[in-house]
Amino acid sequence: MDTRYESAPREGSVKILTGAVDCDVHPASPSKAEILPYLDPYLAESVLQRGIESIESVHYPPKAPITVREDWRGPAGAGPALERMQAHLLDGMGVGTAILNPLMGVQLLMNEDMGAGFARGLNDFIAKEWLDRDDRLRASIVVPQQNPKLAAEEIERMAADRRFVSVLLLTASELPLGKRYYWPIYEAAEKHGLPIAIHAGSMYRHGTTGLGWAGSHSQDYAANGVNFQTTLTSLIIEGVFQIHPGLKVVLSESGITWLPAYLWRLDKGWHGLRMLTPWVTKMPREVVAEHVRFTTAPFDAPRNAETVAKIVDHIGNDDLFLFSTDYPHWQFDGDHAVPDGFSDDLIRKMMIDNPRATWSRLEESA
Amino acid sequence: MAQKHVVARVSDFEGTDRKLVEVKGRPVVIFKLGEDWFGMLNRCPHQGGSLCAGKLISWVESDAPGEFRMSREGEILRCPWHGWEFDIRTGENCARPGKYRSRQFGVSVVTKEEAEEVGNLEKFDVSQEGDFVVVEM
Amino acid sequence: MNVQTKPEVKRADEAKVGIADCDTHPTPKSLEAEIYPFLTQHWRDYIDTYGMVQRIGFASGTQYPKGQPRASRRDSFPPDGGPPASNLAFMQEQHLDPHNVDMAVSIPLRIGQALNQAELAVAVCSAINDWQEHFWTSKDKRMKASIVMAYENADACIEQIEKHAPKDDFVQVSMLSRTPEPMGHRKYWPIYEAAAANDMPVAVHAFGYGGNPVTGSGWPSYYIEDMMAHSMSCAGLITSMVYEGVFERIPKLKLVIVEGGISWLPSLAWRLDRIWEKNRLELSHVTRPPSELMRDHIWLTSQPIEEPDTRRHLLETIEWIGWEKVLYASDYPHWDFDDPKHVLPANVSKEQRQGFFRDNAMKLYGLA
Repeated sequence: MDTRYESAPREGSVKILTGAVDCDVHPASPSKAEILPYLDPYLAESVLQRGIESIESVHYPPKAPITVREDWRGPAGAGPALERMQAHLLDGMGVGTAILNPLMGVQLLMNEDMGAGFARGLNDFIAKEWLDRDDRLRASIVVPQQNPKLAAEEIERMAADRRFVSVLLLTASELPLGKRYYWPIYEAAEKHGLPIAIHAGSMYRHGTTGLGWAGSHSQDYAANGVNFQTTLTSLIIEGVFQIHPGLKVVLSESGITWLPAYLWRLDKGWHGLRMLTPWVTKMPREVVAEHVRFTTAPFDAPRNAETVAKIVDHIGNDDLFLFSTDYPHWQFDGDHAVPDGFSDDLIRKMMIDNPRATWSRLEESA
Repeated sequence: MAQKHVVARVSDFEGTDRKLVEVKGRPVVIFKLGEDWFGMLNRCPHQGGSLCAGKLISWVESDAPGEFRMSREGEILRCPWHGWEFDIRTGENCARPGKYRSRQFGVSVVTKEEAEEVGNLEKFDVSQEGDFVVVEM
Repeated sequence: MNVQTKPEVKRADEAKVGIADCDTHPTPKSLEAEIYPFLTQHWRDYIDTYGMVQRIGFASGTQYPKGQPRASRRDSFPPDGGPPASNLAFMQEQHLDPHNVDMAVSIPLRIGQALNQAELAVAVCSAINDWQEHFWTSKDKRMKASIVMAYENADACIEQIEKHAPKDDFVQVSMLSRTPEPMGHRKYWPIYEAAAANDMPVAVHAFGYGGNPVTGSGWPSYYIEDMMAHSMSCAGLITSMVYEGVFERIPKLKLVIVEGGISWLPSLAWRLDRIWEKNRLELSHVTRPPSELMRDHIWLTSQPIEEPDTRRHLLETIEWIGWEKVLYASDYPHWDFDDPKHVLPANVSKEQRQGFFRDNAMKLYGLA
């Protein structure tokens, strides 16, 4: 049976193509000391006089295995972290461009203004301490998801810096992301030609499982698999793409192997329930083909080229794939970033063509 | 070569918009919409659901979330099983018109005199007044 | 209007041997007529006065209004005026007889498993179990019952299991997928232990109102999103049961996922494997790969079966799940009914078809 669990990956791995784009990569979060200079005076003073030490999300416990691959760990600090990224990923694996998705938990704050303040500080920090230091780097704009109007303002503020190529949201939000409450974000993003990068994680307003709170980190992280699906359903069914025909969404750290079964189900449901949400005028799979893309890590599949090839066949659309390593999260061993079973054509598309088609700003020089 | 079969009296449709009949061993549902008549094989092309039990609804369109534009009241048949919509005029499945359609049959109305040339007439009492509904199959 | 109630009685070759239908929903004609006889006067008065309240806001009806009345096929309302599947004779005529159903598993729904009034939940579930015997399984030997669990009260569940499991009429225990805590939570373990000890699989039917928003991102707006979230709730509960080590702790436990569809299972298994292999410290009590545990302990009813345009994709997916793990279900009388004549593509082997339509279920329920 070709899906029997295999623990060890095969020998040898696919080389990263020249000019490849790594569509989901994570800079180390700034420490309190590092972010302070970038916060507005009121927020900076609040941080100090209230003893706000950290707003890191529990989604990635600092020492948990997935958070940082063992051989990619090192001392704290933006400088050392950037050096490691250069050594491991950019120079080491030969990635041409990497899109940074910062995961400091600004969205988790209940206080909307504080969330906005930290978002501004974080974006400025990323621009200075990361993007300025290596022109192979690009980034998503982190926004205060807890207040769509403030989020739109942050998009307006950062859009002028062309190295910011997308807008970051966490997939498990306060309300399903397709709801009208969030539309100001999509309007601002579409206006500036910025895809929305919807990333694994949660604002922790609800238990991540959809059935209450997780009993373990593993269960919490596994829940992203389900949450990407319910998020995508919300975006499609609420008609976000009807209102914003130019909008693109990149599900990030989502993987893609769940997609066929999901679309078969949603297409079937839509077929008989079309009249309940008649603004969804196309089959969901067509909406996805036009508007949604998926980063490949984690690629949840057996380590078996034949099975992987079948999965790719079920997905049936190579344009959907965006190459990612999810560095420094541990999703593969050694240099084995590309699963066995991907054709050369698919590899070229996901590393070169699809990213350029998805992020219009990637075509511009730094 | 299609033949004509008498399947009902027009008077059978007083108080109802449909009737299930059998023609050459096949179940056919006849719909009366104002002065127009439509006939459909009583099996949904999806999984065979009995279409005559379906609700006739309006065609609902929308240009934007929250807006609903209704037209063609009573011309869309919703399969009683999975809810697929069929245009009773053309048989087309509304969601995927190229891929699915219900099997349509021509339906017309004939007078008693015209009916004498048509098959199946022996099942009806021709001494009564009134027109007949005819299916082409 | 004369509606053809009997579907075409066109027996395909494979229907010569009777089929097993692992998900049907018999319903009381009315609470007063059929359930009250099994309740004390106190509870009848209570229900008349306060209703049967769950963790939703509406006094009656469901949290998300359905797409068809009572979420049922429009042609399944019996001539005598009761709700769909409240009339055994009509169900025999419309479904059991023409589809050659040899064994139909009854899984009552919307009947009090997670009522806010905890004692009422226990009383109503007990009544429903008696009702199944009295009105269904004793009257048609093809019908088999589920021991409905008031799952927030493990002791009451154990009592019901020990009472009904020895009877041939009962083949499993039933729960709903949206429990207040995910199903791997230790408060539910005594139920699974009792079920396994009494050779009863635990069936979990997609649905329920645990009080949590139905997605990890809050409450969606539309019914179709609620429908999509059903199968996802099954993924969540499986994750919980696997990672809490339930299958390792209770080796005889069998889990049947009902009405969640099937095609999502392989990618879930693969995801759980990948996360498990990296988190062996946290999951030290999970000694085998999740995909193997799932293969050993989990069955799925087929409905609503996915319908890819390329039918081969469905067959490849069932290959990954395991043909012996999938059980045909009609979900009668619900609208998203899977007709046995149409549910499987044509190019399926005789053994696969036989397993899907009968043998897998008979073996699972010890009825072979």
